[in-house]
Amino acid sequence: MTNLDELRDPVLLTRLSEQLRGMAVPPATLMEVCGTHTVAIARYGLRQALPEGVRLISGPGCPVCVTPQDQIDLFIALGGIGGVTLATFGDMVRVPGTDKSLEEARAEGVELLIVYSPMDALEAAARRPEEQVVFFGIGFETTAPAVALAILEAKRRGLGNFSVLCAHKLIPPAMMALLDSEVRVDGFICPGHVSVIIGSDAYQPVAERGKPCVVTGFEPADVLAAVRMLLLQVKDGRSEVELEYTRAVRPEGNPKAQALLRQVFRVSDARWRGLGTIPQSGYELAEEFQELDAEQRFGVEPPESREPAGCRCGDVLRGAIEPPECPLYGKSCTPRKPVGSCMVSSEGACQAHYRYRTREVER
Amino acid sequence: MCLAVPMKVTEIDGPIAQVEQGGVRRQARVDLVEGIKIGDYVIIHAGVAIDRLDPEEAEETLRLFAEMLGDEPRRA
Ligand code: SF4
Repeated sequence: MTNLDELRDPVLLTRLSEQLRGMAVPPATLMEVCGTHTVAIARYGLRQALPEGVRLISGPGCPVCVTPQDQIDLFIALGGIGGVTLATFGDMVRVPGTDKSLEEARAEGVELLIVYSPMDALEAAARRPEEQVVFFGIGFETTAPAVALAILEAKRRGLGNFSVLCAHKLIPPAMMALLDSEVRVDGFICPGHVSVIIGSDAYQPVAERGKPCVVTGFEPADVLAAVRMLLLQVKDGRSEVELEYTRAVRPEGNPKAQALLRQVFRVSDARWRGLGTIPQSGYELAEEFQELDAEQRFGVEPPESREPAGCRCGDVLRGAIEPPECPLYGKSCTPRKPVGSCMVSSEGACQAHYRYRTREVER
Repeated sequence: MCLAVPMKVTEIDGPIAQVEQGGVRRQARVDLVEGIKIGDYVIIHAGVAIDRLDPEEAEETLRLFAEMLGDEPRRA
């Protein structure tokens, strides 16, 4: 029931694709803002189901990819302090920093724990009272509640050796920032699991700027349905927020998670790879939890940050180019030897394009 | 990284539950979901249940697809 295997049924997908391809619609560019959608589109070859003149492009939806170089450098620098153990999600480990990646830092002796949950990092701190454990708080509204729970728990238990480098980002402000950029988007496939937390109503300001929004799930049929719903809006000249993923998302989101986020974090300006600083698009720790802020606790000077030479991740993340338009794509940059974050992360647009490239053949 | 998966709640102990799907068992915080019960399906991300999956809405989704394709309505 809940896996909805029916939504992967080849017969259903073929029929939906045929229906979609047969639609008479004006040319349109639709953007997805979620790494899991990026992967679903590439993996199931959904671009082949689009009507003439319709394009699907990726936006800043991969949390690892949008984390700017200087925050990665800062985290790696924290690992150079004696007695500090770094803890992070596995996706971050191979992302190149200016001088090195976390993986390379570990080979040089930096203590690094790869965790599935921020709570695991907290438990590691509880087990190693003589060490300082620093967790890299990356991710969007989906992930921030898990980090907030760990922060609350650390405070409750009085764990003085746990801290967080807070680099969380918020999706709707990034979408609004894109509307002011040179990139033309006619509608958004809105992220499903971010929306579980913030609710589909959160995209209302985007719709009010004339851009249709559809919140959808991650099965291929969900994505095809969202494309159809968006194209119908474009065709009718409507711009509304529609919700396809009703089995998981409510218009108002999850109020308990939202209250937790308000308690632990304060909305602040944030730097994004490719998009620069966007006002009110990230989190910092609220006053009450400042003692758990790794940046304040350790005050390290990171090296001067540089983007990898020739890498166009920034343009990919804004939807200004598609991955194959980067001169390094598939040549010096592949998943085995990635140059930029968008090729490292399994949810990055470059890796998704590359891994499933045979499914992208022109029809 | 934002990967989140539906899992079934099999045991609850205060804010922590055992969840299971396809032979994978995990421990997860469930205190962000109001009124959680054994047998509920929840969406697990980074060790936290971020909300419940609604079985009636899942059925409704399938009905919507049938309607979109102009099929005869499935069983009500
Ligand atoms: S193909 Fe590689 S170098 Fe080019 S933008 Fe993507 S990650 Fe960067």
